[in-house]
Formats: sequence, structure tokens, C-alpha cells
Amino acid sequence: MTQTLSSLGADAPDASVLNETQLLDVYRTMRSIRAFEDRVHDEFATGDIPGFVHLYAGEEASATGVCAHLDPDRDTIASTHRGHGHCIAKGVDIKPMMAEIFGKSTGSCRGKGGSMHIADLSKGMLGANGIVGGGPPLICGTALAAKIKGDGGVGVAFFGDGASNQGTTLEAMNLASVWNLPAIFVAENNGYAEATSSTWSVAADNIADRAAGFGMPGVIVDGFDFFAVYEAAGEAIKRARQGGGPTLLEVKFTRYYGHFEGDQQKYRGPNEVANIKESQDCLKRFRARVVETGRLTDAQLDQVDAQVATLIDEAVAEAKAAPVPSPEDLLTDVYVKY
Amino acid sequence: MAIRKLSYREAINEALAQEMERDPSVIVMGEDNAGGAGAPGEDDAWGGVLGVTKGLYDKFPGRVLDTPITESAFVGAAVGAATRGLRPVAELMFIDFAGVCLDQIMNQAAKFRYMFGGKAVTPVVIRTMYGAGLRAAAQHSQAFYPVFTHLPGLKVVLPSSPYEAKGLLIQSIRDNDPVIFCEHKAMYDVTGDVPEESYTIPFGEANVVREGDDVTIVALGRMVSFAQQAAEELESSGVSAEVIDPRTVSPLDLDTILESVQNTGRLVVVDEASPRCNLATDISAQVVSEAFGDLKAPIKMVSPPHVPVPFAEPLEDLYIPSVQDIVNAAKTVTEWSK
Repeated sequence: MTQTLSSLGADAPDASVLNETQLLDVYRTMRSIRAFEDRVHDEFATGDIPGFVHLYAGEEASATGVCAHLDPDRDTIASTHRGHGHCIAKGVDIKPMMAEIFGKSTGSCRGKGGSMHIADLSKGMLGANGIVGGGPPLICGTALAAKIKGDGGVGVAFFGDGASNQGTTLEAMNLASVWNLPAIFVAENNGYAEATSSTWSVAADNIADRAAGFGMPGVIVDGFDFFAVYEAAGEAIKRARQGGGPTLLEVKFTRYYGHFEGDQQKYRGPNEVANIKESQDCLKRFRARVVETGRLTDAQLDQVDAQVATLIDEAVAEAKAAPVPSPEDLLTDVYVKY
Repeated sequence: MAIRKLSYREAINEALAQEMERDPSVIVMGEDNAGGAGAPGEDDAWGGVLGVTKGLYDKFPGRVLDTPITESAFVGAAVGAATRGLRPVAELMFIDFAGVCLDQIMNQAAKFRYMFGGKAVTPVVIRTMYGAGLRAAAQHSQAFYPVFTHLPGLKVVLPSSPYEAKGLLIQSIRDNDPVIFCEHKAMYDVTGDVPEESYTIPFGEANVVREGDDVTIVALGRMVSFAQQAAEELESSGVSAEVIDPRTVSPLDLDTILESVQNTGRLVVVDEASPRCNLATDISAQVVSEAFGDLKAPIKMVSPPHVPVPFAEPLEDLYIPSVQDIVNAAKTVTEWSK
């Protein structure tokens, strides 16, 4: 049965659960994602970035709230074509990410993957994925490995409202229940699968309603509220680590940019994004919350903003200056030996 | 060490058992691979649809997993688990079912190493049954391996005898790339000499099954024994045929084929896969490209007609390339003149 956070016994997600260092840390993560995506938006418009990019701005609370509970060595995540936010939240280094997006040899994937395939397996980040629904089956595998190893690790599959209808996602949820895997399925419902609204394409009232059909709890979470995500994810991850099996979280929010950069977004209402940015923005809400409750000061948060801005500037400058892969790189790394 | 007669089925079972004994990271999964989870009398009731994995469930508790009928999820799980230090051997029961899980094979497993810049290792083996001859009709009789051969990043193996099956499967499990291991379903009861000890057969090394000087016959999988029979018959007509079994079509040992063609000047390629874009066309084109000057006659490709596999016995018998077809092709090229 679908639950909301309050029915789990948590009336208002508790900002006191995280200490000051952790609060700054998660803010830094969210700010890094926002700054990174806003900058990629600008750089893409100049024509310097090849191919396609799909930006995560607006959705920061989801990746951050979930990944704040994860370890680099034993926990894994699978992502989507809109993967920059998941990468940053999982600890993938920002400078190589930027270089990868510019197609340079210093990139996370040596320039051979691009925006849609940024990965860092050493940090349990199985890659952004160009195939809608490509991630959930992989997470059944990493969760199975964690279960067999007995290290308490979990696998988190991030996927969108579009992917929530893909057969692979549904199969993966069933298998995760049947095998009782330490897996968490995070449906990031930003309202649109490309240009098609999720209210049209998802037959159920909520994606989370499907959870019961796959033998797992389903929880709806306000995706603009970091603390709500943090709390719901924490509950699900704890359950998984303790052998309680999988959970489906449905995070409801929106994306600020188009499906891809260049998308005119004619399918959205007038001022739709501007209104949400004004009233719901996760970074604004986080700041208001921690400052009002006296946990952090504006000055501390401003300092993080400045540091992040510098980091992004450096990342772009270094990415632009870096070399492209050499012709020999075309033929390497198809197989382990060559 | 002892050499004794084992069936193709037993040889595969022995390869799995010996590797699972040696390496605790090897796990097996597939539909009914143990027995039939959840059914009364389940434990090792079947051991696979044709009994190939029988006995493993008891020997290796927790490492032989039944799956629901959910290829995308469990093939994907095998791929994901492979990135986390396990060496899964997943069974795609019939190669014809590739349609329901192809993404996890073609876009995930095959491409991780390359698109993640050489930073992924995906040692997954997908064992699968192919081929006509059991009256299983159109959707259960295909020889779909050309499609896997086409994909950079996969390795494709076609064992032609019990000896090849054991050595090549052990090699497949130890190989660090994704391997599609194609077992001919009509060969499970074929017996042959198989050493007791564990051994490997390297990939990309063809086997010259029979030496000859008048014509080179390259054959794949079950067609190797047909080619050997054809060679016997040709011998009695005074035609000396050299029979080559590539063993693996990806990587393909073209050099051995070219060396043979340099000697014989005539080539017949026998491939049970449907004729458009199959291995016969691939090998023929490569030979013409590299060794045009060595050829004394056009190349003859022996393949089925471009039709789905029929059900009725006389029709299926007509469909499958026969020993006579191979003899005729060899005679055509040896008798050919401008």
C-alpha cells in the first residue's frame, strides 16, 4: 500500500538528524549539482559541447537525499540519461565529469562515453544510462552481489516516470522481491517523459501505487524537500541493509530545463518552471529551514556557494584546455586485453 | 589424467562444477536451473530444461539460482553482478529469447568497457541453446549468434563437441569479457572423449579438425560433424577436404582459414544460421578481401534458406544444411572453371 512520510511515523522530516558538518556537506552536494547543471546549460548554448545533455537542475534533493546514506565501497547506484546529479551525489569527481561532457581524454570515461555514460565503478556509480529502464536490472545484480558477499551493501536504481512504465523496470522490481534483494527503486517523477506528461502515461494514480503489485512498500516523497527524501530513503536503505528487501520510493518534483538542451518545452504551462523555482526550489527551502532553525548561518552557506562556483569555473577551464582523445584511442578498451 | 566418454551435456555440467569448485565467485542463474523454486519437490528437480545444470544446486548451496521468467531482469542482474566481482553464468534458455533481454546484452554488457573508458570489467557468461533439429519450430530453433557476433564488446563461442564444450566453457568463465556461449540443443546426447581434469581452450584459435589439400571447409557448431562426414565421403571420390572449426566466431581466427585457403584455393563455409548476414557471409567476405589471389573458384556458402524454421519433420529436415549439401558445395568449387 502506498504510504506517505507521515504514515511512516515521521510528521515533519527532522533537520536535527544531521549534524552541522553533514548539513553543510549535503548543501554543498546540492549546490554543486545546481551550479554544474546551470553552467553546462550555458556552455552547451555556445556550441562547445558535442551531442546531447539532459540536465538535472531542480531535482537535486532526490540524488542528494538518497546518496547521503550510501557508502562508496559497498553501495551502488544506477542512473539515467539525466545522470549528472546522481554522479555528483555519489561522489564522482566533478572535474573529470566536466571533461567527459566536453569529450576530452581527461574525462571520467576518457572521452569515450560522454554525458549519457559517465560512470565511476570504483565509487559504485554504474553509469548514466542512455537506455530508459536500463538501470534497474543492473541493480538487481549489484544488490545480489552485495547479498551474496554479506557486506550489508545496497543497490539503488534511479529511474524516471518514463522508465516506470518500461518492462525492464517492472521485471526488476518483481525479481528484487522474489530474491529479497537489498534494492531501492527510486522513481523520480518530474512530470514529463520527454514531452509526454506522466499523468497521461502512468496508468496508476501514483507510480508508488505499483509497489504493492511487486510485493514491496511504496512511499511518495516531496522531491523539493531534501529532508523528506533523506528520511524516506534512510528508512528504505536501513530496511534493505537489514535484509528486509526492496522498497519503491516515488519522488515527485520537476526539472527546470528541458528533456534535453535545445528542447523548447512547448509542452509546459506558461511560467510553470518560474513559479516552481519561486515557491518550491529545494535549495531555497533547505536554506530557509537550516537558517530558521539556527543550524547554519547564511554566511556559511554563502561560503559554500562561492567555493562551488570557483570549482565549477576551474572545471570548465580545465575541460576546455584538455586534449581530445588520440586516434589510437578509437580502437582501445573494447575487450579487457585490447 | 583419465580421458573418458562424456556427453555434451555432461561436459558442460562438469565445466560448471569444476569452475564453481575452484572459484567461489562463480554463480549460476536461470529458469529452472535448480529445480523449480517454490514448487513442491523443487530441489534440483530439473536442473535446467534439458538437465544441463543438474546436481549443481546441492553441491553449491546459495550459488545456483532459479529465476522467474524475466530475462531482462536476470540477464541484467548477471551483468550488474559481474561488475561487482562475481562471475555469473546466466542461462538464456533459448537463444530465440534474446529479443526480450537484448538491451542488457548489447547496450549494457557489451559497451561498459569501451564507453566507461576501459574502467569496467564485466566477466559475465550467457549460456544459451541454439539450432534446429528438435522440431521445436520457428521461435525455438534459431541460430541467432551472428547478431551477437556483430556487437563489438561480446565474445561468441560455438562448441562443436563435448571436448570443446568443457574447455571452452571453462575458458568463458575465466574470461573477463562478456561471453555468449552457444550450445546446440541437438547435441546434448552426443558423446566424445573428455579429460577428467580441468582444461581450457583459448579463444580465437581455430581447430583444424581434418587436414586436406583440395578444398577448405569451414563449419560452425553442429555443422562441424556434418562437415567431417562430408569430408569422408569426398575422400572416397578423391577429393581431399580440410575441415576447420573456428570454435569462437568472436574473436575469429581468420589466419588459420587464410593459411588453409592459400593451400587449397577453394572454400566452402557451412553455417546453420539464417543466410542473410550470417557467419558464412562474414567469413567469405573477409577471405575474398584478404586472399582474392589465392582463390581458384568462387566461395560456396552452405546455409539454410531465408525462411523461419518450419515445424513439419520433412520441412525441418530440408531446412537444415545436410552432409549432401556440403559434399555438393565442395564438388562445385573443386570442379569449377571459368
